[in-house]
Order: sequence, then C-alpha cells, then structure tokens
Amino acid sequence: MYQILKQIIKTGIKTESPPQADEGMRLIEQRLQQEILDVFGGALSIRQVDAGSCNGCELEIHAVNNAYYNIEGLGIKFVAGPRHADLLLVTGPVSRHMEVALKRTYDATPEPKLVVAVGDCACDGGIFGESYASCGKVSNVIPVDVVVKGCPPTPVAILQGILTAINGKK
Amino acid sequence: MPIKHPNLKLARLTDAVPAWSGEIAPEYLFELCELVRDGGGRLVALWGSDVRQQPRGFMLHVTLMNESGLVCLNVPLPAEHPEYPDISRIFPSANRMQRAVYDLLGIYAKEGQDHRKWLRHGAWHGGSFPLRKDFDAAASLTHEAEDYPFVQVEGQGVHEIPVGPVHAGIIEPGHFRFSIIGERVLRLEQHLGYVHKGIEKRFESMSLQQGAKLAGRVSGDSTVAYAWAYAMAAESIANVTPSSRALWMRALLLERERVANHLGDLGYLGNDVALSFGFAQFWILKEQVLRNNATLFNHRYLMDKIVPGGVTASLDVEGKSIIERECDMLDQQVRILRNIYDEHAGVQDRFIGTGRIEPKLAAQLGLCGMAGRASAQAWDARVQFACAPYDKLDVKMATYRNGDVAARVIVRFDELFESLRLQREIMVNLVHDNETPPPLEKLPANGFGIGLVEGWRGEVMVAIHTDAEGKLARVHPHDPSWQNWPVLEHAVIDNIVPDFPLINKSFNLSYSGQDL
Repeated sequence: MYQILKQIIKTGIKTESPPQADEGMRLIEQRLQQEILDVFGGALSIRQVDAGSCNGCELEIHAVNNAYYNIEGLGIKFVAGPRHADLLLVTGPVSRHMEVALKRTYDATPEPKLVVAVGDCACDGGIFGESYASCGKVSNVIPVDVVVKGCPPTPVAILQGILTAINGKK
Repeated sequence: MPIKHPNLKLARLTDAVPAWSGEIAPEYLFELCELVRDGGGRLVALWGSDVRQQPRGFMLHVTLMNESGLVCLNVPLPAEHPEYPDISRIFPSANRMQRAVYDLLGIYAKEGQDHRKWLRHGAWHGGSFPLRKDFDAAASLTHEAEDYPFVQVEGQGVHEIPVGPVHAGIIEPGHFRFSIIGERVLRLEQHLGYVHKGIEKRFESMSLQQGAKLAGRVSGDSTVAYAWAYAMAAESIANVTPSSRALWMRALLLERERVANHLGDLGYLGNDVALSFGFAQFWILKEQVLRNNATLFNHRYLMDKIVPGGVTASLDVEGKSIIERECDMLDQQVRILRNIYDEHAGVQDRFIGTGRIEPKLAAQLGLCGMAGRASAQAWDARVQFACAPYDKLDVKMATYRNGDVAARVIVRFDELFESLRLQREIMVNLVHDNETPPPLEKLPANGFGIGLVEGWRGEVMVAIHTDAEGKLARVHPHDPSWQNWPVLEHAVIDNIVPDFPLINKSFNLSYSGQDL
C-alpha cells in the first residue's frame, strides 16, 4: 500500500486542467460541463458500440478515459448497456452482421438520445466502403447527430464530438 | 529444404523470411500435414482462391511452419466439387479456417466433423460465395439472420449465459455462450464474424498502395505489423529489398507498437482485478508513448508509415533523444509498477492459476504468439526467422511454462523491457536521411509473396497473389487470433464466470483481424 500511495503522489495530477497551457481544451471543458448540466443533469451516460471498426477508434475511446483527458472528471461516463445511456458512440462502417444489433441497441436506448459517429468509417464508410458485407456509414442504419472524422480521431476530437452533440439538442 | 515428400517439389521464394512454395495434389495434403506436425511444425494459415479463369478451378493454400521456415502449399481443386481432406484432425486450429474458406469461397473439407458456417451469419445467401470472381453482391444480399447451432450442455443445474455481440465494455463485438453450473464455467463457445466487412474482397479492387492502407486497418492495434507484412509480401514478389534505413525504421515502429499495446493491456489487467491504480498509471505511460508518436511520426498509432518499398517516416537527432528519454522513463516507471503488481497479494491471487493452458495443450491446439510463449511455446518470428534488421538484434525471447494469467502478464513485462532495449539498439543503427526511395509502384504478373511479422499479439501473415497484369488478385491477411480464440474456450473451463473478463483480457485477441 505504501508503494502505491508513494507512486500516486509522485505521479501527481496528469489531467490537463483548464488554467494550464491549452486554451482550447479549457473552453471545451467548461462548455461541456454546462451543457451536461443543461441537458442531462450533470451525468451523461455513454454506450459505446463497435459496429464493425478495425479497433483503431476503440483505442482512442479508451484513451479518453485516461488521466490526461479524464472524461469521468467531466461528469461523463461509459456505461455497460444501452438502457441507461443518453448517448451512443458508434464506430466502424456498420458491418451487415452488426446491422440488427446496432438497430436493437438504438431502440433500447431511452429518449432523449443522441448518436455520435466516431471515425472516418462511421462518417462515410471509410476505406471499407459499402459492400456485400458492409452497410457503410452509421447514418445508413440509425439517425446520427454528430460525426467525428479521423482515422482514428484524437481523444480531443472525440470529446469535441460529444460536446457538439449535446449542443445540437438545445 | 524444410520438408521432403516424393510428390512435393518446393521452390524457394525470394522472401525476407525463409519460405518455400510448391504444389501438391489434395490426396497427399493430409500426410504432408502429419509429417510437419510430427516434426514439431505448426499450421500458420489456410485460405483459398478462385483461379477458374486461368482455368485451374480453385486453389487451396496452406501455410505451415517448422524450424526451417514457412512452407506454402498450393492444392489445386476441381471447379466442380472442390473438396480437400479435413486437416483439423491434425491441426485443430484449421477448423474455423476451413469453415471460413467454405463461407467465402465454397471449397470444403470432406469428412470434416464440423460444417457449421463461421463467417457467414446471413448477410449473403448460403449458396453464394463472396470470394468467387463471379460473385454477384446485389443478387446475394439477404436480411435473414440464421440461427447458429451452439453445442448444448445438458444436466441438472446447467444453464446458459449468452453474451454479445454488443459487449458491456469498450470492446469489439462477438458472441460468447457460456454453459455454467453455479459460478463455474463448464463450456464456453464463441461465435464470431460480426465485424466481417469484406476486407479480402476489398483488396481485389485496390491498387498496391491502397492495399497497404487497408492492410494497416485489418486490426487497428497491429497496424505496423500488418503494414510491414503486406510490404514484405509485395517486396518478395517484386524481388526488391528496402534500404537498410527503412528496415531499421520498421523495426523501431514495430517495437513501439508492442510497447504501447503491452502498456495498455497491463493497465487493463490491473483494472480487471479491481486495482484501478494500475489502469491510471499504465495509461499515463501509454499516452506519453502515443503523444511522442504523434510528435515524431504524425500519427499516434503509426498508421500508413510502412509502404511497399520503404517507409514514410524519418527520425532526426532530436527525435532520437525524445525516444531515448522515453525509454529511460518507461524503464524506471514500469519497474516500479511491476514491483507493485508482484507484491500485491490481491492481484497475484487473481492472476495465479487463472485461465491456465498447460504447455501440452498449447502445443496440441497451436497456441501462438505472446500467449503461446506464456505456455512454453517458444516461437517468435523475430528469433527463429530473424529477417533484417532483426538478424542484427539478437532478440531475447520471453517464455514461461505456467500458462496462466500471471504468466501472460510476466511475458508482457519481459517483452516490454526487451522492446525498450531493442529501440535503443535500433537507434544506434538508424541513420538519418531525408531521402525517400521511390515506393514500389507495380508488381510483376502472376506472382506470389508472403510476409510474416511478429506483432505484439503474435505472428501476422499477409499473402499476396497477383494476376496476369500484376494487379492484386488475392490478398489474405492472417491474424494470430485465428489460432488463439479456440484456446481461450479451453482456458476458461472450470474457472468462475467473473474471471472471464480477466482471462479474455490476458489474451486480448482481435475480432476484426479474424472476422475480416
């Protein structure tokens, strides 16, 4: 226990706090807090659905949870099911084998709900496009509020996408 | 010559790794596989191609590996009733590959025990085959989801837990069917193929350069390994050798990919045993590696940095010093964290003895890569088939016998430290120049090449066949997850359900890489 506490103290706080260098980040953080308060009472719940991605976008969604971006510190958390989610974060071109599962997940998410499509494939089909096995972009299958481009998009871009989605509902 | 058989004539490929290819009639396939297995060899990959236009019917391709290198067997099959002997009795990992080859190409293993579909769920008709050249996508589309016949476990108190395809965490989709009694897992059966998005068909409409990008997106966490394997296969066909600077750079990128993934997994393995401190700490370190990647190479995961013919990345003196400082920092920090994991009774209690695969079973089932090395399967392409620049690096292979979660954690730690050492050594040899050699534009006609790269998860193979115009006729990427997914079904037997996420994470297999 001593070693753990020592390491925590030595590591310090890595979260990139608003007053520090990155002005852009600070603005995002403030607006995000406010928007969440407005729309979702300070606790936005996200259900992530990989609908066919190469797993690249998932790596960056994991990174959003690390100490630097600290999404939970903003009152946003990833939840284990759609029934208690406010927002779906969907990656990948939608494989035809995931089409039904994605629709069911969308239907199981209570209103009001938002959908953010993450990554080039989710935005326009990306390198996989549309084929016998791929439906292409997410909006071909379920309604999408916001798209976040990038292959994969950076954690900051993903945060921005979530913010924009909340903004769009007002 | 890696294997001798009176009906097999092997020719050496102009490949970076020692590889041979040869044609063999289907009736000798079984005994050849037996011969290789009895000599301690393994099955690497199995795929097929439609060569009816040549006109040669269909071709089954089986890549085997023994201590001498890779042997690519081409097995010609007739256009009508294209069948070949079931080799899953020799190499159990062939089972799913054979079923996938049927779903995609319509060639089948006769006398096979298991004829259930594998990659086809119902997006296209059972009688149509996407990888046939005359496949009509529009005519074969369906929306009929077909039931998958899971093996039923019966008895008093036995019940099933179906999980997925949408999982509870941030993870790729797949279906797991647990048959349990109380908390104890009697049987796990996987049903994958949910993220099948037609990658192999897609390659066929692409140029060599576009194909390199697609190869880098077969499994996003292994983009360097795939891009290198693809480039290696292309360079083998063209019989070109990239500059030594390009090869050193590739190795640097590959080791950085290994470090980033091992850091991430070590964090999650802590998290899965309720030590969220581990996640916080390791992901701080991983983020620092990713940020350095972005600074030095303009991409956090190093996508599209390896192209056929060379690399699109360079590193100057300042860049080297950034990596040197990063290696020093990681060396120090990971040592501290390893000590904490080692000394933490709760963590070790969950790690030790959990999800165990004995060396004997690992060998029988063909467990490979990092998970294989944790079960005494001493294979590492960087060691056995050290192609440039690994031939100058003397990689130390990490192997353990225990085969449990703890062993897979230890292998990750050892490999991480070895990758730091390798990065330092690579940088000594990596000369800086801004010269970018012209990338490989076109491939010779009717060529075949193979690339094999030891990615962080295990050996990644890419095979390229070119047509009469030198275009991509068939590209087959093979992920080590093909071999390792079925072994995970064994690893969870007799463990408790709550340990499944931990065991699963300790393997961390790719869905996209095997669903294609």
